[in-house]
Amino acid sequence: MKLVAVSAGLSTPSSTRLLADRLAESVRDGLADRGAVVSTEVVELRALAGDIANHLVTGFPAPRLAAAIGAVTGADGLVVVTPVFTASYSGLFKSFFDVIDPDALAGKPVLAAATGGTARHSLVLEHALRPLFAYLRATVVPTAVYAASADWGSGGDEYADGLPARIRRAGGELAALMADRPARAEPADDVTALEQQLADLRFD
Amino acid sequence: MQFGIFTVGDVTPDPTDGRVPAEHERIKAMVAIALKAEEVGLDVFATGEHHNPPFVPSSPTTLLGHIAARTERLVLSTATTLITTNDPVKVAEDYAMLQHLADGRVDLMLGRGNTGPVYPWFGQDIRQGIDLARENYALLRRLWREDVVDWEGRFRTPLQAFTSTPRPLDGVAPFVWHGSIRSPEIAEQAAFYGDGFFHNNIFWPADHTRRMVQLYRRRYAHHGHGRPEDAVVGLGGQVFMRRNSQDAVREFRPYFDNAPVYGHGPSLEDFTEQTPLTVGSPQQVIERTLSFRETVGDYQRQLFLMDHAGLPLKTVLEQLDLLGGEVVPVLRKEFALGRPATVPDAPTHAARVAAAAAPEGVSAP
Repeated sequence: MKLVAVSAGLSTPSSTRLLADRLAESVRDGLADRGAVVSTEVVELRALAGDIANHLVTGFPAPRLAAAIGAVTGADGLVVVTPVFTASYSGLFKSFFDVIDPDALAGKPVLAAATGGTARHSLVLEHALRPLFAYLRATVVPTAVYAASADWGSGGDEYADGLPARIRRAGGELAALMADRPARAEPADDVTALEQQLADLRFD
Repeated sequence: MQFGIFTVGDVTPDPTDGRVPAEHERIKAMVAIALKAEEVGLDVFATGEHHNPPFVPSSPTTLLGHIAARTERLVLSTATTLITTNDPVKVAEDYAMLQHLADGRVDLMLGRGNTGPVYPWFGQDIRQGIDLARENYALLRRLWREDVVDWEGRFRTPLQAFTSTPRPLDGVAPFVWHGSIRSPEIAEQAAFYGDGFFHNNIFWPADHTRRMVQLYRRRYAHHGHGRPEDAVVGLGGQVFMRRNSQDAVREFRPYFDNAPVYGHGPSLEDFTEQTPLTVGSPQQVIERTLSFRETVGDYQRQLFLMDHAGLPLKTVLEQLDLLGGEVVPVLRKEFALGRPATVPDAPTHAARVAAAAAPEGVSAP
């Protein structure tokens, strides 16, 4: 089973990448509890920033970006993490999903997460990320994880779980979806339907 | 194998001096380029069809008819004829007329066109692009092959007892290529009818071209037209040459960096590595072009894009001297080496007339 974490963090080290790693680990643990073995790959969009911009211009991916897109579309589950920029996901994060075929993520289990300086932006998960993946017809787990800077140095309070508990809950939800997902068959070229459509036009 | 050039007919400022040719100048330049193609020994000239600025060739058969009158050997073609937004009745008439005037030196490449507003401007809906391409071509074929057509479809008014005139020269319709970059539906359409498939690969990596051509070849055999290697394949290419490859790179770079399609994106170096674009010496162009055979197998037609992105006419004519004088003669020789005798030649009117007259069992594309 293959888990891919997409991180749109820009600094090194980045708290976005840190959150992606923690979430991936939590998914791995959840799958291990179910007896499933998972391999994890992290896609750092920072390294692909130029390739993504070029794809927008040329219409095709350079080899490194093609490999990243292949990893994401071929994964059994995705962890996607973006920093909050100007009231939404970052442009780089959005642009990466813009160059992926809109049907390629249909039905794929996705855990959405975001980082930001203050918890005041946390609803970006529900107002921006969830609709994006709903449009792509991915299956987004109920718990989305927001990590504000302060979350890295505090526990929960009477209103919400602390970051580790939220990471565990979200990771467990994605693991459950991935474990229940039937193995995919490799799609063959479906040209039979195309043939029929042409045959229907035959008059002789 | 046939070698030639295709033009999109763009009016683009020359990025080195900001000069913009007038439409009149650009149209006359397209004619000069076509005449030069024949002069330097190329086989094919193909024009695009566009209905929006900055492109000038909205009326391909007018242009090609004029060129036909001024050339002797050159095969005149299109890249592409819009099968979606043109009335197939008018396409049948226009290209049959051109075929007569050019004594058979005509074929055409059908494409859908990817400029959104052109569809509504011509009363169509881009969401039905594939369906339009299918239905319009099914009608076009009948108009060329049957003297009297009764027809009813989804997209145009019905026809009762309609005869498209003039009838195709010698009773043989112009050969048709189906051009597509990414739609398997079009590869399937070409295979279904046993027509040619042209993959304009100039902005795409070789892997993608290989998959599309493989699909077409496999389906060509499936539909009973022959073996996969009997299918008729054409490819695009894009080159800029100087004797010294550094000179070619230096001179072409501003045109590349500001080109309408891919400019302001990847570097010239990345783009030449990832797509068929070759900027360098004639020898580099020869080696690169020969490598296309490894991607798609022995093929029938190679067209180069030579005159876009604001390159001045003088430069384009110099490029054609190099292409016709130094590159294509070597390509003809090298592509012939190891090419099985059973691989079909590129389609010509004469060969198709001969095949039509031949007894059952002998065929040509």
